[in-house]
Amino acid sequence: MLKIFKYSFFDLIRGKWSLIYFGFFFISSMSLLYISGDVAKVIISLMNIILLLNPLIATIFGVMYFYNSREFSELLLAQPIKRRDIFLGQYLGLSVSLSISFILGLLIPFAIFGIFSTNQVTNAVTLLFVGTILTLIFSAIAFYIALRNENKIKGFGTAIFLWLFFAVIYDGIFLLLLMTFNEYPLEKFALVSMIFNPIDLSRILILLNLDISALMGYTGAVFNQFFGNMLGISISIFVLLIWIVTPIFFFLRSLKKKDF
Amino acid sequence: MKYFFLFLFLIIFSAFSFSQLEVCNTCSIKSIKQAIKIADTGATILVKKGIYIEDSIIIKKPLTLKGIGKPVIDGKKKGYVIEVNSENVTIDGFVIKNVGVSYTKDYAAVHLYKSNNFKLLNNRLETVFFGFLIEKSDGGIVKNNIVSSNAQHEYNSGNGIHLWHCDSVEINGNECFGLRDGIYFEFVTNTLIHKNTSHNNLRYGLHFMFSNNNEYHHNHFQKNGAGVAVMFSKFLKMHHNIFENNWGNAAYGLLLKEIYDAELRNNEFRNNTTAIKAEGSTRVNYSNNNFVENGWAVKITGACYENKFTLNNFVNNSFNLSYNSKINDNSFNSNYWSDYSGYDLDRNGVGDIPFRPVKLFNYVVNQTPESIVLMRSLFIDIINFSEKVSPVFTPDEVKDNTPLMKKNPFQLKLN
Amino acid sequence: MDKTIKISGLHKSFKKLHVLKGIDLTIDKPGIYAVLGPNASGKTTLIKVMLGMVIPQKGNVEILGENIKNNPFYRKNISYLPQIARFPENLKVSELLEMIQDLQKRKGDTDDLIKGLKLEPYLDAKLVSLSGGTKQKVNVVLTFMYDNPIIILDEPTSGLDPISMVYLKKKIQEEKEKGKIILVTTHIMPLVEELADEIIFLLEGVISFRGSASQLKLDQGGESIEIAIANLLTKQHA
Repeated sequence: MLKIFKYSFFDLIRGKWSLIYFGFFFISSMSLLYISGDVAKVIISLMNIILLLNPLIATIFGVMYFYNSREFSELLLAQPIKRRDIFLGQYLGLSVSLSISFILGLLIPFAIFGIFSTNQVTNAVTLLFVGTILTLIFSAIAFYIALRNENKIKGFGTAIFLWLFFAVIYDGIFLLLLMTFNEYPLEKFALVSMIFNPIDLSRILILLNLDISALMGYTGAVFNQFFGNMLGISISIFVLLIWIVTPIFFFLRSLKKKDF
Repeated sequence: MKYFFLFLFLIIFSAFSFSQLEVCNTCSIKSIKQAIKIADTGATILVKKGIYIEDSIIIKKPLTLKGIGKPVIDGKKKGYVIEVNSENVTIDGFVIKNVGVSYTKDYAAVHLYKSNNFKLLNNRLETVFFGFLIEKSDGGIVKNNIVSSNAQHEYNSGNGIHLWHCDSVEINGNECFGLRDGIYFEFVTNTLIHKNTSHNNLRYGLHFMFSNNNEYHHNHFQKNGAGVAVMFSKFLKMHHNIFENNWGNAAYGLLLKEIYDAELRNNEFRNNTTAIKAEGSTRVNYSNNNFVENGWAVKITGACYENKFTLNNFVNNSFNLSYNSKINDNSFNSNYWSDYSGYDLDRNGVGDIPFRPVKLFNYVVNQTPESIVLMRSLFIDIINFSEKVSPVFTPDEVKDNTPLMKKNPFQLKLN
Repeated sequence: MDKTIKISGLHKSFKKLHVLKGIDLTIDKPGIYAVLGPNASGKTTLIKVMLGMVIPQKGNVEILGENIKNNPFYRKNISYLPQIARFPENLKVSELLEMIQDLQKRKGDTDDLIKGLKLEPYLDAKLVSLSGGTKQKVNVVLTFMYDNPIIILDEPTSGLDPISMVYLKKKIQEEKEKGKIILVTTHIMPLVEELADEIIFLLEGVISFRGSASQLKLDQGGESIEIAIANLLTKQHA
């Protein structure tokens, strides 16, 4: 697995897309920091970009990479190594190379502008963490979708739809349900709903720092318990990790039976 | 040499008169009560370092009680520790602790009743029920005291500095914590409250009602259960105060209820769930205040008329403004809003398009509080945007027509 | 070592499509075996089953005495030349060769092949910059660099220039002489006549003929294999 990881990582990190991805984050965070002196504001803007773009890019690249390396995967499948190792290696190669482009794209401007010595350090670290986790989650989901769909158009379509679903539609449905049933106690429903969407969960992890004062304005005991101490952060991180493991698990399960 | 003569003079003088008495564990007068009993009107009682287990010390004549080396008066939780019912009384430099707790009586470390021209200076009041309970007394000063307790429940705890029906008092440089309300006023007029710190109180850091013509400045209120509440008062001035870290549904940096003709300027509101909540408040001028990283910077409910918000900084608040009605009679002009995304083509420092501080999401959260977990999500941004383009749910006329492009460079410094 | 491929009762269907309908095949003699059949007859599927890429619903496959089920390591004895050559774009040719040897955990004999296929100038080039034919040559190197007892070639001549084709044929003959089992699928009948010792003809998921080229011609009638096969197919459909 590590060997496959090594070569696919070298392959991807040298590719032009890694550079473009890095460049995008580098330029946008540099210019945001340069234009606006207010670091907290920049963090909010970057949060919006990351929550939108990291899942999208990981999804598209995941599907694309899987389909593009199909023939090579077949060559590898004829080698005396386990299937699992081949694809886990490729998955890691992709998600780690994307993550590194992303992390460096933010880290360098942050370091240049000395953000790590301001009170925004927690927010900055949370952003890096959340962006990386989202990359890991959505490239795993993309791999799974690509594996399950021989038809590339269908695979791409499904993946993009899933992204759109998690990024926008899910919240819309959620809000609709909340407003329809607002006579009922919805506290637990609200929290549990957030858990089933990794993008929402990541957002909440950032909110726990950024908007804790507003979150504490809600009366419910469950909210207060969740947002008021480390419990919320721990649960969020734990569930995000489950969100990485789950698609990988389903991927590996399907892989066993897959015909190439 | 000079001091020697002074000292000699004092000894001789005190031998002939009781206008200066000394109390200590080894003196002939061993208790404060005894000293008060024999002291002449206007006398000074010097209490030396030591522990005095006394309660219900009653002062009915003008006196100066002065502690030397912070003597401790321990009330052993029996009731009032010192009760004053005379003008021109000074209590200076004591540690007074263990005030009795009662559900029917307002036991206090120092209770003043109809005692004008008082001076309460440099005392430390610990584990009190009430700290200074001052009733119907005018023209006094409460300065540099530290009042604290370990209040657990509102029903069996009292206030730090509690004034009732007083006029022309100065409250200066005190610290209050661990109480029910740090500073509490009812029917107090023409009073100056400045440089006080009130924090970690169960209910309010500062709480007053029916108290007109008072001025509050350079005070610091933080981490109080419900923040600061001011109600039913007129002609109030608040400036250069800090209100911070008041978290919770019913916690406000500053709660204004039925306030008329007030001036709020140069205050800083930081990290509160709600920085200001105004209910039925009219003709209040808010200017040059900093609202930083609050949940809601300003919440307006009920009938609020002719309020003016000018030159304030609204920086990174989750919500800038919340309105529960569509009627607006308040004005917002030339404020800085950190989430203003307009432009300034003529470079005059003022944005060319108006800023609408009320977002649709405010409305949604008012209706369905649980939806707060959707804050800053893409979906919310989309519906906020569509509402911005054509307002349906939010008051159309609530807008700042001259939003500042740069922060109003006002920086608050206490002391 | 048991130098055989044993396949028995092999069934494979993709969803509703029944592709292999009970294949029994034993290959125990070295030689070149041409796996032929019309499109969708199951040639590729059969090969992929042997390589472990396609997992059959029923049946048993033993290669050199090892059952291939849940066992990736039998593949160390098989060299495979895929039909299409596509590699990680940003790796160099030399790195790709290194990678495969790294995965195989043994050194391959690449020098002669590189020389024979005239690949020396491309060793430092990124794979994305190579033409299809050159990539296929790299594929040939990867296939023949190990001395494995079984070689599987899927349309080996596709995309190769005549010189390389001649080189490849020579290579196949050499390997045969070493006593190996070589399976070839191809559409080019002259190649079959030139190389194959035996033809395995698949039709609609079963082996409908197995024997030498001359036997096929004799059975079905016809001067060439093409005609013989055409005859075989018309008879089947009649």
